[in-house]
Amino acid sequence: MKILVAVKRVIDYNVKVRVKADQSDVDLNNVKMALNPFCEIAVEEAVRLKEKGTAEEVVVVSIGPKACQEQIRTALALGADRGIHIEADTTPDSLAVAKLLKAVVADEQPDLVILGKQSIDSDNNQTGQMLGALTGMPQGTFASEVVVNDGKVDVTREVDGGLQTVRLTLPAIVTTDLRLNEPRYASLPNIMKAKRKPLDVKTPADLGVDTASNVRLLKAEPPAERSAGVRVADVAELVEKLKNEAKVL
Amino acid sequence: MSILVIAEHDNKTLNQATLKTIAAAQQIGGDIDVLVAGLNAQSVADNAAQVAGVHRVLLADNAAYEHQLAENLGDLVAKLGADYSHILASATTTGKNFMPRVAALLDVAQISDIISVESADTFKRPIYAGNAIATVQSSDSIKVITVRGTAFDAVAGDGGSASVEAIADVFASDKVEFVGEQLAQSERPDLASAPVVISGGRGMQNGENFKLLESLADKLGAAVGASRAAVDAGFVPNDMQVGQTGKIVAPQLYIAVGISGAIQHLAGMKDSKVIVAINKDEEAPIFQVADYGLVADLFEALPELDKAL
Ligand SMILES: Cc1cc2nc3c(=O)[nH]c(=O)nc-3n(C[C@H](O)[C@H](O)[C@H](O)COP(=O)(O)OP(=O)(O)OC[C@H]3O[C@@H](n4cnc5c(N)ncnc54)[C@H](O)[C@@H]3O)c2cc1C
Ligand SMILES: Nc1ncnc2c1ncn2[C@@H]1O[C@H](COP(=O)(O)O)[C@@H](O)[C@H]1O
Repeated sequence: MKILVAVKRVIDYNVKVRVKADQSDVDLNNVKMALNPFCEIAVEEAVRLKEKGTAEEVVVVSIGPKACQEQIRTALALGADRGIHIEADTTPDSLAVAKLLKAVVADEQPDLVILGKQSIDSDNNQTGQMLGALTGMPQGTFASEVVVNDGKVDVTREVDGGLQTVRLTLPAIVTTDLRLNEPRYASLPNIMKAKRKPLDVKTPADLGVDTASNVRLLKAEPPAERSAGVRVADVAELVEKLKNEAKVL
Repeated sequence: MSILVIAEHDNKTLNQATLKTIAAAQQIGGDIDVLVAGLNAQSVADNAAQVAGVHRVLLADNAAYEHQLAENLGDLVAKLGADYSHILASATTTGKNFMPRVAALLDVAQISDIISVESADTFKRPIYAGNAIATVQSSDSIKVITVRGTAFDAVAGDGGSASVEAIADVFASDKVEFVGEQLAQSERPDLASAPVVISGGRGMQNGENFKLLESLADKLGAAVGASRAAVDAGFVPNDMQVGQTGKIVAPQLYIAVGISGAIQHLAGMKDSKVIVAINKDEEAPIFQVADYGLVADLFEALPELDKAL
């Protein structure tokens, strides 16, 4: 079995991003970047399937500026076998990413495609589902458990009401939720080894995909700030304030 | 303009979330049709027909739609939605699951999780865990949108008298099969709509201690939530997680107990009207957003609070 994992370069999750003074966008200058946490979980799941002997090869793909290759190398250090970088000046929107991934799927013919459920920058939560529709593959989104068996994959999904399990016929798409696994740390020897693993670079034009977007960002504003309120001395004062000042009890 | 709203339901009753999505649709303006896709879901269609402002209800009643599988629902909505200017669903796990498929099938973008309607083509939505609010404009012929429930006031569930029309289209993928589900059973109100939410974090130490919160919740008619750390540690199930990647809540009163206040947690609750934080660390970032902060050991404060209420 071959697994394709899509990984995105995003702001590090510990960074609190700010908008630019002219409100044209968020300010990513000198901000620490990293592998999207959900993508890290996706890579880990694929590597575990390989270690179990279920998969033979794990291919990672990332779309965006040249610097994405850092995140591809991270994924290779975590155990993926080879990388594909689709180089674009800016990161395309989810629909364009899904179209590019569809072209990669057509080339690579993976049995399973694993993506994160959400990128922590756009908070879109849509690329995996879009890829499912474009390729006609079934999907198991927000996965907290993935069991591959006999041409099928059982995916346990985290839904609002609890958990749901679906059985998909391969090839299929899985998007990861936080509790699917706990990603390992890359060891130094593996980081060194990752530098020698193959990494192919392509462009959207090579894949025949137009990445123009019909959605324009007009403005990015800071959210309404909450100001810190008061400290209460004890429970009695808290209850008094909630009753008489906030009037919520 | 004409808008198709996809109903969220359990085949028996219409979910509150749909009334909020219809509110967003009304702000866009135009005729609003509601699609109910389910199995033996006539009662949901009847509910939807009574909602104020609904023009028409479409009922697709078939086993293929019983579990809202994204493959089947995606195909159905893409077919029915092709004649509308906007397609809206709630940004619940169901809406998030099938709507991007609809967008891709129609070759348009999806605008996720909107919090305001600026005009028929311009919307606001939070990005970067709510640390920025983006205003986006779409020139797509059909706008496919998911709606954040906490940002809109529900329309009235009565006063309407829409017609109900049967839809015969059946899309039943043979590549997906529903195996089962484990749904949380709770007598308490739903997290998404409760007027009061009490959440516990890693500071609760174990699942047993959540009883301290439950007892308070019962007195206040509150729902109980949790931070990711509490869910990851196995104290409570995943459906209780509040945050960027969990549930978004905006109750009248949010009480955070033993929660440090990471940005990912704040993203899910900082639009609450009144926030109370109980934490023994006076430096905890949660105090920066709390209207009332109590620096205390929760194991002392909670029993006292319980007695005082
Ligand atoms: C991609 C991603 C997505 C995430 N999504 C979410 C999300 O949706 N929701 C979410 O919540 N988190 C999310 N997180 C995790 C988040 O970053 C934090 O790790 C998490 O919110 C911390 O939970 P906590 O506050 O319970 O735990 P901690 O940060 O460990 O805080 C525990 C707090 O309890 C206090 N405490 C301990 N004992 C007591 C006591 N006896 N009395 C009083 N106070 C006490 C401590 O002072 C401390 O402040 C996400 C992380 C990532 C990377
Ligand atoms: N530019 C990209 N390159 C590679 N994978 C991506 C990219 N954008 C999104 N993805 C994948 O799609 C998932 C969901 O992203 P999104 O739909 O943007 O929230 C991510 O976790 C990645 O797995």
